Amino acid sequence: MIGPIGLIRRIGPIKEMIMHAEKLKHDFEPKLVAFVCTWCTYAGADLAGTSRMQYPSNVRVLKFPCTGRIDPVFILRAFQKGADGILVSGCHPGDCHYMAGNFHARRRFATFRKLLEFIGVDLERLQFSWVSAAEGGKWVEVVTELTERVRSMGPMHEFKELELEECWSGKLDTAELKEAYEAIP
Amino acid sequence: MSRIGVFICHCGENISRTVDVERVAKAAEKISGVAYACEYKYMCSDPGQNLLKKAVIDQNLDGIVVAACSPRMHEKTFRKAAQSAGLNPYLVEMANIREHCSWVHEDREEATTKATEIVTMLVERVKMNKKLQPITVPVTKRALVIGGGIAGIQAALDIADCGHHVVLVEREPSIGGHMAQLSETFPTLDCSQCIMTPKMVDVANHPNITLHTYSEIENVDGYIGNFQVTIKKKARSVDMDKCTGCGVCMAKCPQKKIPNSFDKDLGMRPAIYVPFPQAVPNTPVIDRENCTYFKSGKCGVCQKVCGPGAVDYTQEDQLVVEDIGAIVVATGFELYSIGEKPKGSAIKGYGEFGHGKIPDVIDGMTFERLASASGPTGGKILRPSDGKEPQQVVFLQCVGSRAREKGISYCSKICCMYTAKHTMLYHHKVHDGQAYVFFMDARTPGKGYDEFWRRSIEDENAVYIRGAVSRLYQKGDKIVVMGSDIALGIQVEIEADMVVLATAVQPRQGADLLAQKLGISYDMYNFYSEAHAKLRPVECATAGVYLAGACQGPKDIPDSVSQASAAAAKVMTLFAKDELEREPIVAKVNDKNCVACFYCKKVCPYGAVEEKEIRDRQGNLIKVVAWVNPGVCGGCGTCQASCPSKSVELDGYTDEQIMAQIEAL
Repeated sequence: MIGPIGLIRRIGPIKEMIMHAEKLKHDFEPKLVAFVCTWCTYAGADLAGTSRMQYPSNVRVLKFPCTGRIDPVFILRAFQKGADGILVSGCHPGDCHYMAGNFHARRRFATFRKLLEFIGVDLERLQFSWVSAAEGGKWVEVVTELTERVRSMGPMHEFKELELEECWSGKLDTAELKEAYEAIP
Repeated sequence: MSRIGVFICHCGENISRTVDVERVAKAAEKISGVAYACEYKYMCSDPGQNLLKKAVIDQNLDGIVVAACSPRMHEKTFRKAAQSAGLNPYLVEMANIREHCSWVHEDREEATTKATEIVTMLVERVKMNKKLQPITVPVTKRALVIGGGIAGIQAALDIADCGHHVVLVEREPSIGGHMAQLSETFPTLDCSQCIMTPKMVDVANHPNITLHTYSEIENVDGYIGNFQVTIKKKARSVDMDKCTGCGVCMAKCPQKKIPNSFDKDLGMRPAIYVPFPQAVPNTPVIDRENCTYFKSGKCGVCQKVCGPGAVDYTQEDQLVVEDIGAIVVATGFELYSIGEKPKGSAIKGYGEFGHGKIPDVIDGMTFERLASASGPTGGKILRPSDGKEPQQVVFLQCVGSRAREKGISYCSKICCMYTAKHTMLYHHKVHDGQAYVFFMDARTPGKGYDEFWRRSIEDENAVYIRGAVSRLYQKGDKIVVMGSDIALGIQVEIEADMVVLATAVQPRQGADLLAQKLGISYDMYNFYSEAHAKLRPVECATAGVYLAGACQGPKDIPDSVSQASAAAAKVMTLFAKDELEREPIVAKVNDKNCVACFYCKKVCPYGAVEEKEIRDRQGNLIKVVAWVNPGVCGGCGTCQASCPSKSVELDGYTDEQIMAQIEAL
C-alpha cells in the first residue's frame, strides 16, 4: 500500500508558526527608512500586508512616484535625523512605470555611494533593491535582512553628530562667542 | 498655524486588533498644528466620511491625515469626501497603518508606536501640501485592442458598436486566436469555428474597426486619452488591396512541406499561405524564411500565377502611428511546452513524459486539431506516429500546473473541463475506445460544468484515476503509463496508444516585453496585473490600459468574453466625456532660478520639457528656461532630483513635503 504522501507533505506551516511564537527582545532597535516608488515597491509592501506576512516594525516608508524622484540629499538628511539604515527600492529594471526613472536612480546611487564611502559611511547601512508589486515576500526578506544587519552594526553616530553645530564648528566656550552666536537673527 | 484633522480608522478590527487606536489619536492631538483628532470604526463608511466632512466645516480644517489602509485603496474616497466639504482634495494624505503596520506586526506596543510615528510624519507632510487643481486633457476617442483572439474581438466589436473607432492589432496573419483552433467547446459542445468565424467576419466588415494583422506593437508613447502607438506592419509580400483571396498562389506554390503551426505541426502548408481556410483577412502571407524565392532568388511562381498582380516581393516592414485614447490588452495565452523549455525560464521540464521524443505523446491543443473537422485529419482521431486509430488514450491533467516543484504553482483553470470534453469527443469518434484520466482534483466551477464532467464519466465511459503519473515510455508501438491510484492505494500501469497532456496555460512569450512598452505591471509568471484583484479586475494600474482574457490569468471562453465586454465598457466610460481630469502631479519650473542647463530635458522619459524664451516688453530675449508641458508630464519627478539649481518642483512631492516627513522621523 502506498500512503497518502501527497497529503502529508501539504500539511501546515508549522515552521512559520514556531517562528512567530518566540520573538526575541533586543538591546538595540535600529531605525530604518525606506524610500520606495509607489508603483512597485509600495504596492509590494501592501501585498505583504494583505498576505499577512510578518516583518520587523523598524522600518518607516516614504512614498515617491518613482525612485528617479529620490534626491540623495534625502538620504543624508534621513541619516542625520536618526536613521540607522536606509533602503531605496523601486521597480525592476525595464519595469519602471515611467520607463527609465529607476535607471536614473541606479546611476545616481552608484555615484552617491562612492561619495558616502568617501565621507566615511558604512555602505552596509544603505541598500538599493528592486521589489515588484508582486513580490510581497521579497519585501519582507529585504526589510528583515537589512534590519538584522543594521541591528548587528549598532547605532549610527556619525551623521547625528553633525546635527550639533558644535561638533564641527568648535565649542562656544567663551562668553564672547556665546554672545555673538545669540545675536545671530 | 495649521489646523489639521487626524482621523484614525479601526477598519473593523483589522487595525485596532494590533494598534491601540485611542492612544494614537491622543498622541496625534498633541502634535503641533493638529486641531482635531478622532478614531472611528469604519472611516470609509458613510458615517465615517460624514464625520470627516463635519469636522472639516466645524473645525475649519486646512489639512487632513486619514490613518487607515493603503492610499492605493481609499485615497480617492477621502479626497472626494474632503472636496465635498469644501477642502482642496490634495490637502488630504493617508497614513498607511493597515498594510504597512497592523497587518504585518503582531506586537501591540511596537505596532502602536509605529502607527503614531507614521501619523506624525504624514501630519508634518500635510502641513507643506499645496492646493492643487486637476488638469483637464482632451480625450482621443479611438481605442487600440492588442490581440485578435476571442477577447480582443469581443472588446473591439463592443467598442466599435458604440460608435467609437477601434484599431485591432494581431501578431498572426489572421485574427481568431486559440478559439479558431478548437474543435468543440465545453460545456455545450458547440462547434468553435461556427460561433467564432461570424464574429471574425463582423470585425473585418465593421466600418469602425481598422484591422492590422501580421503586425506588432513597436512603441507606446503618451498617457490616458492621448497615446501615440507605433505599430509595425510586417511585410506580408502580398498587396492586401489587390488580393482577391482566390488561393491560386497557395495551390501552385512548389514548396508545400512546411509544418503548419496552426495545426500544431501535424499538417503541412505552402510557403505562401493563410493559416486556416476561414482566415480573416483572407489574404495570404509569404513565409520568407521558407520561401524558395527569398532563399535563393529563383522560383517566383506565385507572382506569375497571381491574376490581380498582388504578390509583391519588395514589400518592407511598415511603421504606422495611431493616435489612441485607450488600450485594451488581450494577448492571450500559450500552452506550456514541456518538450523544450523557453530560454531563461525558471520552469523545469518534464523529461519523464517524453514529450517531443515519443510522437504519440501530444498536448491538449494538438488533440483539438485532431478532433477538429477542419483539422489535418478531417476530424478523425488518429495517432501522429502511424495514423492508426488509438484504442486506449490516457489523459494526464495538471501537467505543469499546480506543480510547485516544477515552477508553476497556479491552477490553469480550463484543463479539467477540456479534458472531460476530450474524453467525450474521443468516445464520440472512437466508440469502442477507452479513455483514462489521471487527475489530482476535478475543478468544475461554472454553469453546467460539473454536470458536463459527470456526463463524461457516467455516459461517456471515461475512467478517472486519482493520482499522478511518474513516467511514460515507449514499448513497441504502445506507450506505457506508470502511475498511482491513491484512492485504491495501488500502482497502475496502462499500455496506451496515445497520451494527451493537459499542459499549463502560460502568458504569451514576450508578454513582459509588451508590458514594458505599455508601462503596465506583471506577475512572476508574466501574467498582467490588474489594479485591484476584486474591485478593479479589468483595469491596469496604468491609467487608460485595460485587460481582457487570458493575458491576465488562465480563463475559459465565457470568462474571457465577459472580461472583454467589461474592458470595453470601461473604455466607453472614458470616451463618454470629451475631456478627462488628470491628477495634477506634474513638474513645474521656477523661471527665476532656472539656469537653462536642460538636464531635466535629458532625463525626461516623456519629452515633456521644452525650451521657453522669456522676453521683455520690447521683445528682447532675456533668457531661455525650461518649461514642462503639463499635458505630457507623467509625474515621475526624475527632473527634480536631477536639477542642479533645484528649480524644478513636482507638485505633490515637493522637497518641502518630503523633508518635512524626514524631519519627523
